[in-house]
Amino acid sequence: MSDLSFSLGRGDGMMLSGPNGSGKTTLLRVIAGFGEITGGSLTLEPVPDDDLSQACLYVGHQNAIKPQLSVLENITFWAEFGGGDVESALSSFSMTPIKDVPVAMLSAGQRRRVGLSRLALASQPIWLLDEPATSLDKASVKTLSQIMQAHLDAGGMLIAASHTEFDIPLNKTLELSAREPGAAEAGHG
Amino acid sequence: MVEFIAVFKRDVRLAAAQGGGLGLAIGFFLIVVSLFPFGIGPDLKLLARVAPGVLWIALLLSVLLSLDRMFQADFEDGSLEQLVVSRAPLEVIIVAKVLAHWVTTGVPLILATPILGLFLNLDEQAFGVLVLSMLIGTPALNFVGAAGAALTVGIRRGGLLLSLIVLPLYVPILVFGVSAIQSSLTGPSGSLQTMMILGALTLGSAALAPFAAAAALRVHLR
Repeated sequence: MSDLSFSLGRGDGMMLSGPNGSGKTTLLRVIAGFGEITGGSLTLEPVPDDDLSQACLYVGHQNAIKPQLSVLENITFWAEFGGGDVESALSSFSMTPIKDVPVAMLSAGQRRRVGLSRLALASQPIWLLDEPATSLDKASVKTLSQIMQAHLDAGGMLIAASHTEFDIPLNKTLELSAREPGAAEAGHG
Repeated sequence: MVEFIAVFKRDVRLAAAQGGGLGLAIGFFLIVVSLFPFGIGPDLKLLARVAPGVLWIALLLSVLLSLDRMFQADFEDGSLEQLVVSRAPLEVIIVAKVLAHWVTTGVPLILATPILGLFLNLDEQAFGVLVLSMLIGTPALNFVGAAGAALTVGIRRGGLLLSLIVLPLYVPILVFGVSAIQSSLTGPSGSLQTMMILGALTLGSAALAPFAAAAALRVHLR
């Protein structure tokens, strides 16, 4: 990736789009603190830039939940680990009826909802969502949109890489183009 | 500290929910030890002499068997990424995981050793030292193993590579663990020094291995 430049302020949401392999995930992971940029800089103001990854909540392709544990046990762990209210996280994606079911018995969409319920626990100002709507049904996509909107209204920021349209207006977009073979390797944030 | 307790509790609960890992390690321990009387023959004196070494080697291998899952499951389901970017230092989280691993696999294995000592005609007066030397020495196995497991996480069939990395590092622990038992059979106070060296090995690995493991995990998540 090269020649990238963007900035987000309070309440800004950015949609990251581009064809498969254009580097959406790579960009999100670099912001979240996995990997280093070879050129350019990423800064969080007014806090020093090494705190950037602490300010980010990264939701990747994987749900970070344990199949052996129940929905409630999984959410309780993340609440104990990073803070947040278990009850509101359970109700955010209406999982209270299935809270005692082991995650191994849930469908892919339900697992995604358990994974996304970390959003309701989150205290981080920046959300990095990588394909958050994968395998979600329409109602859940709507719930997700509402949660994202509430986050933006509260002055948070988010960057979402998604092929799904959300109901909410994200005020910024960044279009990544497919990398040309042999292009120079240089990141620029 | 909150993160430490949360990770420790989760890993213990996972080990209990899974069951498989622990049962497998104990079963393996039992079978390896009980193979020796068949291989060596019913010479009771000879069995008693090799018993400390056999028990320690079987313990090493059983711990080794359970090591590769230490970070693998977290790596596969994405939990590891979340643990790495959390507020808590990764080294602290690794210590929590190692201790949970020791409590759920090391301690049950140690509790099974006196029974296996009977299989091998080990002198009863050595049982106390046997269990004590293992309690002092086995955390070192888990800490060193954590560094190896972190290096091989995400590598397909990494278990084999893990044994090649970790087993040579287990040699000092094995040497002093066995000599602690043997010296307790010759003299009353003989095992104190070797116990202290075992303790030093455990403390040393507890101090160093979390940093090595954290560095390895960070590289893997690049």
